[in-house]
Amino acid sequence: MVSNARSNKGVGGRLLRKEDDRYLRGRGQFVADIKMSGMKEVAFLRSPLAHARINAITIPENLKHKAFCWSNMSGVKAICAMTSLAGFKKSEQSPLASDKVRHVGELVAMCVGDNRAQAEDFLEELVVDFDELPAIVDMVSAQQKGAVLVHEDWGDNVYLESKWDGDLSEAKANASITVTRQIRTNRQCMAPIEGKGVVAYWDNRMDQLVLYTSTQMPHIVRTGLAECLNLSQANVRIISPDVGGAFGYKGILTPEEICLGWLAMECGHPVRWIEDRREHLTANANCREHEYQVTAYADDIGRILGLEAVGAVNAGAYSAYPFSACLEGAQVASILPGPYIVPAYQCNINSISSNKPPILPYRGVARTSVCFAMELMIDAIARKVGREPYEVRLENLVPPTAMPYTNITGKAFDSGDYPESLRRAVESINLKGIRERQATNEKDGRRIGIGFCTFCEQGAHGTSVYHAWGVPMIPGQEQAVARLTPDGSLELRIGAHSHGQSMETTLAQVANEILGIDPADVRLVHGDTQYTPYSTGTWGSRCAVMSGGAVSTACKALAERAAKIAAHLMKLDLKEVQIIDGQAKGAASSISLAEIAEAWYYKPQILAADVDPGGLEVTVGYRPKIDTGTFSYASHAVVVAVDIELGHVEILDYVIVEDGGTMINPMVVDGQVFGGAAQGIGTALYEEMPFDSVGQPLASTLADYLLPGPTEIPAFRIEHMETPSPNTEFGVKGIGESGAIGPPAAIANAINDALAPIGVEVLETPVTPRRILAAIAEAQAGAQS
Amino acid sequence: MKPAAFEYVRPKNLAEALTLLAEGQGDSKVKAGGQSLGPMLNMRLSRVNQLVDISLIPELKTVSDDSDTIIIGACITHASIEDGKIPDVTNGMMNSVAAGIAYRAIRNQGTIGGSLAHADPSADWVISLTAAGAEAVISGPNGERRVGLNQFMDSAFETKLDFDDILTAVRIPKFSKQARWGYYKFCRKTGDFAEAMSAVVIDPSRDYCRVVIGATDTHPVVITDAIDLLTSDEAIDACITKNALDLNPLSGQMHRTALRRCIKQVQSL
Repeated sequence: MVSNARSNKGVGGRLLRKEDDRYLRGRGQFVADIKMSGMKEVAFLRSPLAHARINAITIPENLKHKAFCWSNMSGVKAICAMTSLAGFKKSEQSPLASDKVRHVGELVAMCVGDNRAQAEDFLEELVVDFDELPAIVDMVSAQQKGAVLVHEDWGDNVYLESKWDGDLSEAKANASITVTRQIRTNRQCMAPIEGKGVVAYWDNRMDQLVLYTSTQMPHIVRTGLAECLNLSQANVRIISPDVGGAFGYKGILTPEEICLGWLAMECGHPVRWIEDRREHLTANANCREHEYQVTAYADDIGRILGLEAVGAVNAGAYSAYPFSACLEGAQVASILPGPYIVPAYQCNINSISSNKPPILPYRGVARTSVCFAMELMIDAIARKVGREPYEVRLENLVPPTAMPYTNITGKAFDSGDYPESLRRAVESINLKGIRERQATNEKDGRRIGIGFCTFCEQGAHGTSVYHAWGVPMIPGQEQAVARLTPDGSLELRIGAHSHGQSMETTLAQVANEILGIDPADVRLVHGDTQYTPYSTGTWGSRCAVMSGGAVSTACKALAERAAKIAAHLMKLDLKEVQIIDGQAKGAASSISLAEIAEAWYYKPQILAADVDPGGLEVTVGYRPKIDTGTFSYASHAVVVAVDIELGHVEILDYVIVEDGGTMINPMVVDGQVFGGAAQGIGTALYEEMPFDSVGQPLASTLADYLLPGPTEIPAFRIEHMETPSPNTEFGVKGIGESGAIGPPAAIANAINDALAPIGVEVLETPVTPRRILAAIAEAQAGAQS
Repeated sequence: MKPAAFEYVRPKNLAEALTLLAEGQGDSKVKAGGQSLGPMLNMRLSRVNQLVDISLIPELKTVSDDSDTIIIGACITHASIEDGKIPDVTNGMMNSVAAGIAYRAIRNQGTIGGSLAHADPSADWVISLTAAGAEAVISGPNGERRVGLNQFMDSAFETKLDFDDILTAVRIPKFSKQARWGYYKFCRKTGDFAEAMSAVVIDPSRDYCRVVIGATDTHPVVITDAIDLLTSDEAIDACITKNALDLNPLSGQMHRTALRRCIKQVQSL
């Protein structure tokens, strides 16, 4: 009944983005664009200390009803992001600090003013009496016996120990070489152009708290917010308008959202808070701090016989809702083997609590750090056995003949040719030419290096994966609503939300693929709990697979309903009618979807007696055949020039060979990969959120937190392979995080390739000029001694 | 990040601006382009009772010629210089330096006088114009005076300007045709503050050779008779050590490299 005829507007079409019309004209509507009569602004007093007991907070008489602290918020519950993983220790994060502050920037009090400046003036009148405590900053001291405790009732500073047990005795016995490295990705920030922002008011007509917030997961925020504010979910509506980038930072329930919700109810007028960049950097958007010691056992051609790792993730002061403080640590343990065949494996990762902001899941989540570690190990093995790093990769990658392949940690790789992606990258970057160039001296004295990485990205992982986690949020069937409007256009409603994924375009293409309706006639409604089916939201590279699958399934169900009405109107048997090109077609006749809609909505008298009373509106759920996720994969290849006198790195060429399965819109995929890779370059070379020994953040503006700009981003050369997933609608795979995973590994490998002749190896992100110069100095000192 | 409340005044001329500063008795602050002061006020790191905005005062936006010197008004923007709207007397040095200041958006607003008065030891004008032998023209309650830029800064962000002074212009000696200049700064990324920077100007016809090293913790290092530095890398290394720029060895390495590369520019011409 449904036609699979491909048009250039359906799946695979290179369609310009529908949403760009408003974005490029500056007409997007973000939280900060929302104006409301009587709205006042909120500013937060944030802790100046990393770890301190609060003895008293004094609010002057003139600020009663304008300034609030935790003792004012009676009945409000703390954020508590649990997991059911055995041994997990929970943290309670009251939206405003109660007895103690556990990181610089933690919310202590809030003031409401006519404008932000006045609210900040009020903050200066509050007096907080702190008793400073020693701060836990680094992961080593956090785990020492007798360490100060971030959460006193725990007995230690470990949220959870994540283990993968395995027997390495055979690998150790048979190994020709053993390679051990201490590898670290330093703490950084996510930096969407739009920070967080919240506008909240109480809607008396609907008896609802309405909260506009820049979020990836409106329904999860609704659930969490209702819980913390003791409201029924019916009394809470979350609207996420246009979101100017999120990257995981907006995939959490924030204390500010709870505070604003409470203020809207307490004060009786709309309130808003717009996060500034200092709050964003120093208190909120922290991520990525991992360190592991990895040992690889391999034979004399670099085939891995066994892998063991021990390390930690600095998860910060509180467990963020809903993903918890141990998402990353547990993920490390389960994905460190990467796209390789690893016969024996053992891993032990502690998720550490410290006096730093909670670690949040940034694009790629643990995959970026894990890929960095594994790919640096591969290159270290290659140097040890004297082979080209790509050859050692080829020795170890899961071959296409083994697909589908279940690896040592039970990850079910669905499809693809991992080695081919690497061979193409080697070819495209011209490894041979670069090796020849390296044999000659550069005129400017710089050293040229070439680096590779290969990784796979589990995306759209579903129920079984998250049930095993026991987090408060388990994705099940993803639903979509498809509704034909009376004039024959299509309205789609999904519970996920776009923060740059282009879903207004790609889901319209999916609808076009099924119904043949022009994407211009398709409207996507999302970002509002009032109008959309429940969803865990947009995260984990899941929406192309899950929302795309749901929209496809819903459109098919809608086509059946429309065909049935059409068959009656056309006096044909249902089997003779096809929905194609936005029309119901028989052998000799056709009627438009608009005519079918007109009949249903306006002329019920002409419908058959047994017409489906559900009409031209369906809500359908979808989940892939296997819910353990799709595995997209990629190989990155990069050429760098390293100035060894200044430690400066220039990227000369960058190739990405990517297989994200069937592409709904290749331009959108390119955009995702481009943006992700730009962020990956930030992780590799620039971005770092340093703290001093007492837990003070040392970067507070974009002058000291460096983001790569246009001149630091190369023109990536992206090549696509397109191996469909056997498990999803159209064979689509999740690809949203991919770009951000590979660059640190490929770039560090390229730097190490350039510096290997002078005995230098860097093992830490970001690879700053000072780190390079320090490594060179260390190598020189070592050579002299 | 919103500033504490302040009065904002926009005097029509220099005399009015000077009166306002005098009346402010130290609680008023001059704003030119506002590219450094603005963020500091927003973050409440700096507070003023009154902001005296001089950016639109016509007499501070003029350029005049005084035989062997050009006088550039304090409120001329970096972008005007970058775009060649100001006559060049430095054999291209000023256009080149202007084009490398931060980002275009900052260059559109930021001014040459504001940058000098702010006195950041990593600022491009502070380093390059000191090397060029420029003088600050300062107006105060007792009239006008000139201070050589090599004497102008006492320390980082500390200058010879009193609270009731305004830096009104900068006097730049015209380079001879034979004059050569070098300028090298190392930033981690385009538009970033420099990790290390140096400038050199040699004008044989004036018997002039000056090197300036910036991105220091205090005022820049000025070497007024720098001819020895042009002769050997050893002299450069000794200069870095003598000025205690290598107390942190990694910083020393960067300063040394920036100075060498800067000097190489005048050697290779």
